[in-house]
Amino acid sequence: MKIGQRWPEDEMYKWGSYFGLAPKIAKTWPCLRFSQYVSNFCSVDNWRNREMLDYVWLVPLFPAIGFLINGLFGYRLSKGFVGVLACTVIGLSFLTSVLIFFDLLQLPPESRSFEKIIYTWIPAGDFKTSVGFLVDPLSIIMMLTVSGVSFLIHIYSVGYMHEDEGFKRYFTYLNLFVFSMLLLVSANNFLLMFVGWEGVGLCSYLLIGFWYERKAPADAGKKAFVVNRIGDFGFLLAMMLIFVTFGTLNFHGVFGAAHHNNEVSTLVMTAITLLLFLGATGKSAQIPLYTWLPDAMEGPTPVSALIHAATMVTAGVYMVARCSVLYTLAPVSLTVVAIVGVATALFTASMALAANDIKRVLAYSTISQLGYMFLACGVGAFSAGIFHLMTHAFFKALLFLGAGSVMHAMAGELDMRKMGALKPHMPKTYWTFLIATLAIAGIFPFAGFFSKDEILWHAFEKNTILWALGACAALMTSFYMFRAVFMTFHGESRVDAEVKKHLHESPSVMTTPLIILAILSAIGGFVGIPIIKGANVFHDFLTPVTGGHVAGSVEVTLGNLAYASSSALSYGEAVQHNVGLEIFMMVVSLIIAFGGLGLAYLMYLKDPSLPRRLVEKFKLLYHLILNKWFVDEIYDFLFVNPIKRGSTVLWQFFDAKVIDGIVNGSGWCIKWTSSVLKRIQTGYVQNYALSILVGAVAIIFYFLLV
Amino acid sequence: MNQLDLPILTLLTFLPAIGALFIMLSNKEGVVQIRWMALVISMANFICSLPLFFCFKADYTGMQFVEKVPWIKEYGMTYFLGIDGISLLLILLTTFFTPICVIACWKDVTKKVKEFMMCLLLLETGMIGVFVSLDLFLFYIFWEVMLIPMYLLIGVWGNPARRVYAAIKFFLFTMFGSLLMLVAILVLYFYNHSVTGEYTFNLLKLYELNMPSLYQTWLFLAFFVAFAIKVPMFPFHTWLPDAHTEAPTVGSVLLAAVLLKMGTYGFLRFGMPLFPVATYQFVPLISILAIIGIIYGALVSMVQKDLKRLVAFSSVSHLGFVVLGLFALNVQGIQGGIIQMINHGLSTGALFLIVGMIYERRHTRMIADFGGLAKVMPVFAAFFMIVTLSSIGLPGLNGFVGEFLILLGTFRSNVVYAVFAATGVIFAAVYMLWMFQRVMFGEVTKEENRHLKDLSLREIGILASILIFIFWIGIYPKTFLSKTETSVTHFITEFNKKYEACIQKEKNYLVLNTSEELITKK
Repeated sequence: MKIGQRWPEDEMYKWGSYFGLAPKIAKTWPCLRFSQYVSNFCSVDNWRNREMLDYVWLVPLFPAIGFLINGLFGYRLSKGFVGVLACTVIGLSFLTSVLIFFDLLQLPPESRSFEKIIYTWIPAGDFKTSVGFLVDPLSIIMMLTVSGVSFLIHIYSVGYMHEDEGFKRYFTYLNLFVFSMLLLVSANNFLLMFVGWEGVGLCSYLLIGFWYERKAPADAGKKAFVVNRIGDFGFLLAMMLIFVTFGTLNFHGVFGAAHHNNEVSTLVMTAITLLLFLGATGKSAQIPLYTWLPDAMEGPTPVSALIHAATMVTAGVYMVARCSVLYTLAPVSLTVVAIVGVATALFTASMALAANDIKRVLAYSTISQLGYMFLACGVGAFSAGIFHLMTHAFFKALLFLGAGSVMHAMAGELDMRKMGALKPHMPKTYWTFLIATLAIAGIFPFAGFFSKDEILWHAFEKNTILWALGACAALMTSFYMFRAVFMTFHGESRVDAEVKKHLHESPSVMTTPLIILAILSAIGGFVGIPIIKGANVFHDFLTPVTGGHVAGSVEVTLGNLAYASSSALSYGEAVQHNVGLEIFMMVVSLIIAFGGLGLAYLMYLKDPSLPRRLVEKFKLLYHLILNKWFVDEIYDFLFVNPIKRGSTVLWQFFDAKVIDGIVNGSGWCIKWTSSVLKRIQTGYVQNYALSILVGAVAIIFYFLLV
Repeated sequence: MNQLDLPILTLLTFLPAIGALFIMLSNKEGVVQIRWMALVISMANFICSLPLFFCFKADYTGMQFVEKVPWIKEYGMTYFLGIDGISLLLILLTTFFTPICVIACWKDVTKKVKEFMMCLLLLETGMIGVFVSLDLFLFYIFWEVMLIPMYLLIGVWGNPARRVYAAIKFFLFTMFGSLLMLVAILVLYFYNHSVTGEYTFNLLKLYELNMPSLYQTWLFLAFFVAFAIKVPMFPFHTWLPDAHTEAPTVGSVLLAAVLLKMGTYGFLRFGMPLFPVATYQFVPLISILAIIGIIYGALVSMVQKDLKRLVAFSSVSHLGFVVLGLFALNVQGIQGGIIQMINHGLSTGALFLIVGMIYERRHTRMIADFGGLAKVMPVFAAFFMIVTLSSIGLPGLNGFVGEFLILLGTFRSNVVYAVFAATGVIFAAVYMLWMFQRVMFGEVTKEENRHLKDLSLREIGILASILIFIFWIGIYPKTFLSKTETSVTHFITEFNKKYEACIQKEKNYLVLNTSEELITKK
């Protein structure tokens, strides 16, 4: 069977008559339809003939089913069942994604783009959007990463959340979260993507504020949602501008039109891409909308892992990469993306230097790494951005889950000043955490090395200043991550005596995901080996969507519309010219990474009094960093408080005094007038006679004068 | 066209009134019996309204289920009923919400149950009457009929402290508008006679009238004030928070769900098609007022301390969106406006029901008196959350479909308006979530809240039936959008045609005048 040929009609009729039903009924009978689906789904033919692409809708559907069952009937189900169900549905999603991935690989590169439309969602006049899915290299990589990492986090959560009384609610939300994210990455148009986009925003609100009885999580959840909404405002306007410009919101339609139609002015393109980027800064926590992410730590730790690694924050990067065609047509926007990216990378890395809360260090590092991804996109190396997104998903999930494991052992303690020398107590956590740290610091041959190096290399090609700033951030990354490792696992123990008694390694349901993620963090980078021609499998796979990066300039290619095999070729040639330089740059990167490591070693293991002396010396700077440069306070002062106060004035003054004042005042006026006029009605005949006389005299005078 | 060969619209309109009559004749003591009667009647009416939806011909441009009987011939008054895609959904919304209200006040209302139910049913007659009338005189009668039961609901069953102030404020505001409208209707009536020599209140005939723009401006303004008060648009909105706060739960629900739509419906049915030139003239003014309403309503809701007041101000914001969409004057804007009227009815109606439910338990509506309810009432929390999200306009739920189409339509006609209106999306999240947080999250601080009962089966039933539509419109809005599409497209073509005709006429008139002047000069 080939794509599009799903229903063997004869078979249907046979089934129909077998049940003694009219064939027509059989055709529409859901049960039969379903059995057909199942048998089709399971047949060997199916796998062999790429039929799986047709089932892409199953990928988001499975978590949705899990969400519905757990949400509606969870209160009747046992804890065990809820947990298993939640994990199973995500596992099924992952499995389906893997099968789809292999189907996609069988297709020739230029036709690796498949759309599956389910139904028309919103029709209004010439506006029409559908609920439909798109499978291409970019979306399948996202699907695999999202469902894979989420699956591990789900399993880990079963152990981590076991004692929590909100266990069922937790897994309901978690499934909804993954559903939204999968919808986001598999949608075939902007509007459906926006559904997922807002959906992850909602789930972050629900999950960050999961322990809603305390004020901080509830506040943090709300902050996340509202700040994201500011970004969504940009996304909404961008969608409208796209529709007005291109007449459609479908990805293929928009990118095809943008690619072939040169009439659209650069100004419009710049506006569209900058508005989209505003959306991305909200979701992916970039300057100026990053402030929600550090606060998002208030949620359960696996949720942080989910938000920071696989879902939510990667959405912005994905969206920019998805719209690479538009961005390459708007050079100004690309520059903005690159500058915002590198600025965020530096700025937030600086905050991580002094943070004492282990989760906060990781949170700042996430923002910083996302900055790298945007830097990559900004210099036109979209596939490098996605590559870093993927490797980052592995090691950041691992870091967070590792931190969660530490918390689990330390009775919820997060302050690294109260840790130290945990290594012998929890070896599995330690070793996996270390691998993740090596990966994020960019040390060969761990995953982060390849992806980060690729980004820095492309930045270097574009602009040396961008590279220098990126390298500076890399140094800081290496420093603060090893600082965290040394403070937590090495040195002297500063653990409270009470806590010390209960130190233990986490159960295997939690450590197994750690180990799997550690393996991925260690070897995940090898799918994108630079330099050797053809070894950068990852890049070549993505080229049809994101375009090949050709020595400083960008060759745009688009799906099956304009796959230029020449771009890959010229890419190879361009690289060959610079092999020497590229290897040199790699060595520089490594030196930077080890520099950070060494510095951390010096300050936190060799001479633990050094940090204190440094703080004494740079007191002001230290306080600025420790208080996150007071950005939250500045925002409060500039926006939050004036709006609150202004609204009160509007209500109590304008509404109550001005408008109601006019209304009640006119009522009062009428009352007053009538109370005056009432006096004329005295009831005395002589008064009336007098007024008649006056009137008569007035009329006579009038006639005399005229 | 009447595809059913049945006076179904008459039936729908007067069945509740007849029911009210029966209730009037029944024994005052039999409270339970009266409740059941009201429920049966309103349910019967809802069931009767379903054929409207299923037999409605989506591709027919004219009026459907038409009934036309001469009434007072010498004055040109006819009993003329009919619906199109614009009114269809609003009628269903009305018949859907009335039984819900009857069930919702089952335990809530204990004094003067008989009179209460009568008011409710008479109100339904008035509301449906407004939506089905195609004769201006008939329309005006229903418009005024509707006012009285609502006035009584607020004034008799409202909050003792300020109910009289609120009821009178509501009545006077609306009355002021209606009287201006009455004058405008009469001017229209006599103008039509002076042109065609025929006395008629028939709306479809009056549609064909091409009036000079000066007339249009003044008549439009008169209609506009009436409708803008009803919507309510900034700055005519101050009656609404008072009316909502003081009204009994059911009163607020019907007020929000249906009565506010009278204004926006009025724009679509009367204001715009009768006076296209004036409509175009006033687009900037009305759009700006709508945008101010969106932002102002949202900002003011943010600082409210009373739950009902907060929801009331949020209505100002939401209806600002609706008006903005209608005056975008394109398919997306108007389709979005219509669907948003339904959405607002569903989600704000549900919000008032929800506020009523906790009011029933705690006898307070102050946000500060709550906190931590999510722990005590988890089922309630789930419903409240979903309705809140629907009101915020979360994609996948109903609110988004309307808001997006409205913004898209507005964007097409004026980018600046759309940019400002879209900020409302941010503010909506702020005030709704903040409210939700203060009521539902945190620790239980007040002792009284610790043992609140979660929702009963009756309450779950009410909210669940609304949620069905909240999800339906969010996930598959085509069911509803397809019913309105033809009418809206037809509306726009007719509107533009008439606009051109009016302008052309004006030009000819000018040319004629100047040539006459030239002749006399010569």
